[in-house]
Amino acid sequence: MRVNFVLSEVATGLRRNLTMTVAMILTTAISLGLMGTGLLIAGMISDMKEIYYDKVQVSIFLADDVTDEQRTAIETQLSDSPEVASFVYESKEEAYERFQQQFSQQPELVENTPPDALPESFRVELVNPERYSVVAAEFPNGQNGVDQVRDEGDFLDRLFSLLNGARNATIAVAVVQALAALLLISNTIQLAAFNRRNETNIMRLVGASRWYTQLPFILEAALAGLIGALLAVGGLVLTKVLFVDKTLAGPIKAGIIPPVDWSAIATISPIIAAAGVGLAAVAAYVTLRLYVRL
Amino acid sequence: MIELQHVTKLYPASARPALDDVSTEIDKGEFVFLIGSSGSGKSTFLRLLLKEDDPTRGTVVVNGKTLNTMSKWQVPKLRRTMGCVFQDFRLLRNRTVAENVAFALEVINKPHRTIKRVVPEVLEMVGLEGKAARLPHELSGGEQQRVAIARAFVNRPLVLLADEPTGNLDPETSEGIMLLLERINRTGTTVIMATHDYHIVDSMRRRVIELNGGQITRDQSRGVYGVGR
Repeated sequence: MRVNFVLSEVATGLRRNLTMTVAMILTTAISLGLMGTGLLIAGMISDMKEIYYDKVQVSIFLADDVTDEQRTAIETQLSDSPEVASFVYESKEEAYERFQQQFSQQPELVENTPPDALPESFRVELVNPERYSVVAAEFPNGQNGVDQVRDEGDFLDRLFSLLNGARNATIAVAVVQALAALLLISNTIQLAAFNRRNETNIMRLVGASRWYTQLPFILEAALAGLIGALLAVGGLVLTKVLFVDKTLAGPIKAGIIPPVDWSAIATISPIIAAAGVGLAAVAAYVTLRLYVRL
Repeated sequence: MIELQHVTKLYPASARPALDDVSTEIDKGEFVFLIGSSGSGKSTFLRLLLKEDDPTRGTVVVNGKTLNTMSKWQVPKLRRTMGCVFQDFRLLRNRTVAENVAFALEVINKPHRTIKRVVPEVLEMVGLEGKAARLPHELSGGEQQRVAIARAFVNRPLVLLADEPTGNLDPETSEGIMLLLERINRTGTTVIMATHDYHIVDSMRRRVIELNGGQITRDQSRGVYGVGR
C-alpha cells in the first residue's frame, strides 16, 4: 500500500468538501462530548455510592431531652443487635461542625443556625441495608429518647435516581446526536465519492483492489471522527476547569459531590476516541458498500 | 481466450434485451471490430467482458476464467489483465501525462522502480516522448487518446477493449490512433474495438462482428463495415 498516495487522497478529500467536513466533525464532537459527560456522571454516581452507602444507612436522631440512661440504653441495644454492622455517635457539637463544613459556601445559613439546633444522633451501618424497617421498629419514634429514625438510603436512592436520570438523558441526547453524525458522515462520504468518481472509476477499470479504492474514504471519515473526539475531550476539559471546578467547588470540598478527577477524563478519553474513529469508519464503510459503486 | 455462450442481458428498465442469445469466440491476438448502430448492444458486450455487469443468462469466459462464477474480490485481478480506452479519454485533469499513466500502476501497487522505468517506455511507444510533464488540457484530442492508450497498455494487458476510441477525433488523427492499436495488437494483445467509423473498418479489413438489436447478425473475418459497400 502506497502510504503517500492514500494520505494525499485523504487530505484532498477533506479539503474539497470543507463545509461538510466541518459539520461532520462538529456533530461528532458534540455527540462524543455528551457521551463523555454521560460516562463521567456514571463514574460520579458510583463514586458517590461508595462515599454514602458505605458510611451511613440509618440515622437515629435523639430527642433534645434525652437522658444519659436512655442514650446508654440505645447504645447497648445497637451493640447487641445482630442487624448492626457498626455505628458511631455524633454529638450536637460534631453535628454543628459538619454542618458548618457542608454549608461553608452559604455563610448566612451557618450564621442563622444556633450551634445547638442540630440533634445528636447515632449513625448506624446495617449488615443488610434492606433490613431498615426491622431496625426502625426496634427504636420507635418519640419513645425512650429517640426523636426520629431515618433511612438515609431512601434519600440516597432518590438522589441517585435523579443522577441516573441526568445520565440517561445525556446519553439519549448523545445517541440522537450520534445518529445525526452518522448520517452526515454517510452524506459526506457519498459527496466525496462523487467528487472523486473519475479517479475511482479509473482505479476500478485498471484493477485496483476494493481496499485500495475504499481506504482513502474510510480514513477520511476516521480522521474526522478522531478530530471530533479530540474536540470532545477538549470540551470535557473546559467543562471541568470552567464549570465543575469553579461552580461546584463548595459541595466538592464538603464531600457532598465527588470531584471530577483528571484520571476520570484520562480514562474515558481513549473510549471516546475509539468510539469516534470506529463509528465513523464503520459508517463510511457501510456507505461505500451500500450507496457507492467502487 | 474470450467466449460468450448464449449470453442474454436484460436491463431492468428496458423490455428489449440489450444482448439476445449471443454466442461467439475471440482468439488470443485477434483484432475484432464490434459494429452496429447505437443501442445495438456493443457497449453491453464490452461491459460484460469487464464484469461491470453480469449476464442475465449464458456464460462469459475471459482468459480462461468464467466470469459468472467469479467472486467480487477476484474482479480487480481480472481487470489487471485488460486495458480500456474510451471515446472521452477519461484522463485525470489535474495530473500530468506521466502521472496519468503512472496512476494505473500506482493503484495496483507496482513498485516505484518499475513505474519509473515503464512509464517513459510506453509514452515513447505511443509517440508522446517529451510531453510527459504536460497536463491533459494542453494536449490535442489525438494526444489525449494516446495518453489513454498508454495508460491502458502500460500494464501489458492480454486484452484491450476500445469503446469508440476515434469517436471524437478527425480522420487523420483517427488513422494515427488505429496504427497505434494495430501495433499493440502485433505484440500479441487481443484488441476488441466498438466503432461507428466505417472508413477505419473498411481500410483495416479485420474481423467484424455486427450487432443488431442485441443479436449477432454478421461475423466475418477480413470484413467491411457495410455489406456491398
